Amino acid sequence: MRQLKNNIFENLDWITILLYILLVSFGWMNIYAASSTDTDKEILNFSTRYGKQMIFICLTIPLIIFTLFLNSKFYEQFSSLLYIFSLVLLAGVLVFGKKINGATSWYNFGGIGLQPSEFSKAFTALALAKLMSDRQYNLKLIKNQIKAFIVIFLPAFFIALQPDMGSVLIYFSFFFVLNREGLTLKYFILGVSTIVLFLLTINYGTRIILISTISILTIVLFYISYKNKQFIRFNWPVIVIGYIITSLFITAVGYTYTNILEQHQKDRFDILLGKIDDNSGIGYNSYQAELTIKSGGFWGKGFLNGDRTQGNFVPEQDTDYIFSTVGEEWGFFGSSLVILLFMILLFRIIFLAEQQTNKFSRIYGYGVVSILFFHVIVNVGMVIGLLPTIGIPLPFFSYGGSSLWGFTLLLFIFIRLDAHKKYDY
Amino acid sequence: MKRSSLLIILILLIGIIYIGRLFHLQVIEGKTVNPINSATVKIEYDYPQRGYIYDRNGKLLVANQLSYDVMVIPKEAKNIDTLHLCELLKISKEEYIRRFEKAENYARWLPSVFLKQVAKEDFAYLQEQLHKFKGFYIQRRIIRDYPINSAANILGFLGEVNELQAKESDYYENGELIGKWGVEKYYEDELRGVKGKKYFNRDNLNRITGSYKNGENDTLAVSGKDLTLTIDSELQQYGELLMSGKRGGIVVIEPSTGEILTLVTAPSYNPNMMVGRKRSAFSQKLFSDTINNPTFDRGLQGVYSPGSPFKILNGLVGLQENVIDERTAVYCYGGYRYGKRKNEFMRCHCGIYGRPIRLKKAIAKSCNSYFAEVYRKIINKSGDTKSGFDNWSSQIKSFGLGNYLGYDLPVGNKGLVPDAQFYDNRYSFGWRATTNISNAIGQGEIETTPIQLANATAAIANKGFYYTPHIVKGIDNKPIDNSKFVTKRLTSINTEHFPTVIEAMHEVFKTGTGRFSQVKGIEICGKTGTVENFTRINGEKVQLPDHSILIAFAPKDNPKIAMAVFVENGGFGSTIAAPITSLMIEKYLNGEVKRKNIEERMINLSLKETYDKQLVKLDSLETIKE
Repeated sequence: MRQLKNNIFENLDWITILLYILLVSFGWMNIYAASSTDTDKEILNFSTRYGKQMIFICLTIPLIIFTLFLNSKFYEQFSSLLYIFSLVLLAGVLVFGKKINGATSWYNFGGIGLQPSEFSKAFTALALAKLMSDRQYNLKLIKNQIKAFIVIFLPAFFIALQPDMGSVLIYFSFFFVLNREGLTLKYFILGVSTIVLFLLTINYGTRIILISTISILTIVLFYISYKNKQFIRFNWPVIVIGYIITSLFITAVGYTYTNILEQHQKDRFDILLGKIDDNSGIGYNSYQAELTIKSGGFWGKGFLNGDRTQGNFVPEQDTDYIFSTVGEEWGFFGSSLVILLFMILLFRIIFLAEQQTNKFSRIYGYGVVSILFFHVIVNVGMVIGLLPTIGIPLPFFSYGGSSLWGFTLLLFIFIRLDAHKKYDY
Repeated sequence: MKRSSLLIILILLIGIIYIGRLFHLQVIEGKTVNPINSATVKIEYDYPQRGYIYDRNGKLLVANQLSYDVMVIPKEAKNIDTLHLCELLKISKEEYIRRFEKAENYARWLPSVFLKQVAKEDFAYLQEQLHKFKGFYIQRRIIRDYPINSAANILGFLGEVNELQAKESDYYENGELIGKWGVEKYYEDELRGVKGKKYFNRDNLNRITGSYKNGENDTLAVSGKDLTLTIDSELQQYGELLMSGKRGGIVVIEPSTGEILTLVTAPSYNPNMMVGRKRSAFSQKLFSDTINNPTFDRGLQGVYSPGSPFKILNGLVGLQENVIDERTAVYCYGGYRYGKRKNEFMRCHCGIYGRPIRLKKAIAKSCNSYFAEVYRKIINKSGDTKSGFDNWSSQIKSFGLGNYLGYDLPVGNKGLVPDAQFYDNRYSFGWRATTNISNAIGQGEIETTPIQLANATAAIANKGFYYTPHIVKGIDNKPIDNSKFVTKRLTSINTEHFPTVIEAMHEVFKTGTGRFSQVKGIEICGKTGTVENFTRINGEKVQLPDHSILIAFAPKDNPKIAMAVFVENGGFGSTIAAPITSLMIEKYLNGEVKRKNIEERMINLSLKETYDKQLVKLDSLETIKE
């Protein structure tokens, strides 16, 4: 313990911290490019978006120091309390929050907005790590699986009420944590096939997908029975229920899509699936973002030389669409470099997590990776036109104090836990 | 499998997919993105001279004049002294807001026309003042000028490129001019030239700081090409004069080339009205006039039954099929009985009762019985009605009937030459030649446009071939080399069958229905027609006054001119269509008209009363319906 007090900086994983600094500073440069106007180029002008982001970045320093100087045992011991605290904040925002863009996601403290859902991810990861690191905990038991699901989806439920579906989606990433700790791939396959069936049904209509799914299922069944010669020993009730659930699901999706979803919700799917070609209405953002990225070419137009960025062609370019700025001004070179940086960061955290001797730290590390990974997939996928428009920030890049602090907290708690392992034994 | 591998594989996979997608977007598709299409580069257009249009004798039909548009780029329009600007442009504040919003809705960062075609006298003062209003500027444009008030239907007019067109096209921008009708539309690419572009860098205050990349992307304007039309503008004007007060069309073709000498539709309008500030009010009037329908080119689009002139084609097919020769005789007893029932009788007014009628006389006297008999023989020749009918149909079609001719004007109509399939679909019972016997005299299901008839006449004059009619003779003084217009198209009738028919057509003007319209020294061959026409009101057939029709060519040997004249509700072909035809021929071949009394009578003859009567008829019926 004496070592800890003297050498905290020597025990930190500087590779991760370096990656963090790279991402945050490159992020700020892009925010500067996206939000500076022709007349405001002064870096220290704090009334501008890039000026404010500069303050947010500076404020991460006390946050980081505070996070690092707390005892690593603190996080383990107080995780439940922090989790409950974040639940209270999430519930409270529904009552006291401010409605912006149709979602009640923000607290307003004298002009400073705070978004509790950005912090609850870290605390959920802590709580989940705490729950699963218990020696009595066995993930094979359905009872324990349900416990884990409750921990994960309770905050997601509150966020869904805001409603902020993009953030809700992030909570599904905790599947990777569960998988690492022994949950079988069944759930994953189930989840993926659900999404695939969902999209296919929307695109091709209920009847066709219903018929083809059932025929494919039947063919697969026949194939398996032919191969294994155990036709009689099939678990018939499960098969029958499987058929019924599949059919019901497809019918329900088809019905919901055609009869319940509102037009603007349908539009998002339709644009993604290429059913409608819309460059001015709902698809305007995506269309402009894609065009902006394309115009960057291989080397990009250079810092502050992206004329589409400077001309404010892409709405919300400094928040959810920040990646399009990278694409235009830094080209394929810069944008693939950002993706590579994120990949290296994720691999580094996995590598560190696997080294943890303490189960709590390892589970938490996986939580960090899963959350960051999902954010990057969803955000970048949306900007480059591979996923529908789902508004969530790009970690460390997007403008906004809450998200920057949320991700900083998430990452540096892990760095703190990791620093501890080296002298724990 | 290690437990961490799922996540690692997924991160790798998604990373590769995303970088691959970025590569596709930025490196592969990125090449096609035009770097000039951006906010920091200002483009100024230099509009080229649009090509002039001349007639076949080099007379100028369409020229250019300058016009000035006030343009706006909404994004740049800041701190505008609206009141001052409204005063300057002579518009109200509401008008200003409406126009500005319209431009904004199109695109905030692209130029839109704010005020069209400013008066020339306002231009200088405006130019001086407009620099005070950021985002507004004046764009010089070239608009059309028509020295001769004639041929509006051929020349067409220019119109503004609308938003949809502008978005779909990579050349046109909102508010630019494009050919919308006639030759202007069909030959848009030749006439317009290519606009020049100059690229400028601009700084943060929107000032031009210099040329973009030293002007390496700048292009010079390329002038449009001049067109020489096949039209003889004197004849065209004369035709328009003769058609005044009437509705219908005149199509004149030079048989040896297929060049369209005249294409009159009546009523028409003054092409100069479709230019300048009066344009919008006028075009609204023009296009909403459903009574006179001046934008409907009756020469190209009007479909009518061909009537008696069609008998000539039936005679030719008869000769070709060898079911008749020139000595074959038919007896007419006031009509032709084609069935036992009382109404199965086609009346005939040839006036030759019980004496033999041969082909020449049948054409000259327009005997219905003769051609009914010929038609029946053609169809029944092989014993199989359907194959006989299809053979007849394809021979008629070889004259260019029943389909678009392929001329170089943007409007037209196919007309109709039915085939066996057509009647199979129409009748549930077995049909025979007598079922559609009216086709024999051009009154059945057959429908033709005046230009198709004129073309068929040219084919007769040529004794069995024609060239696709066309309106443009040369582009930039070089003769057109479009193979479509210089290929000889043969009819299915052998040359030796034509002289008899031509003699008969000559007889029409010597002793027949056209005898009062002879021109001294010119041997005119022709055939008049009177076409019954009906309109359906409340499901009831109402007969309207007959259409007057005539086809003709002249001179008999070495024909120079072939034509079709159509006058709606003009009564007998001999009373209106024949004099008009003879006057046109006299004018073209002799250069001047000596029969002044006939000329005067035709010019002053107005059918307005007949048309008005029709109108009353329709209206009263409509009010009853209501």
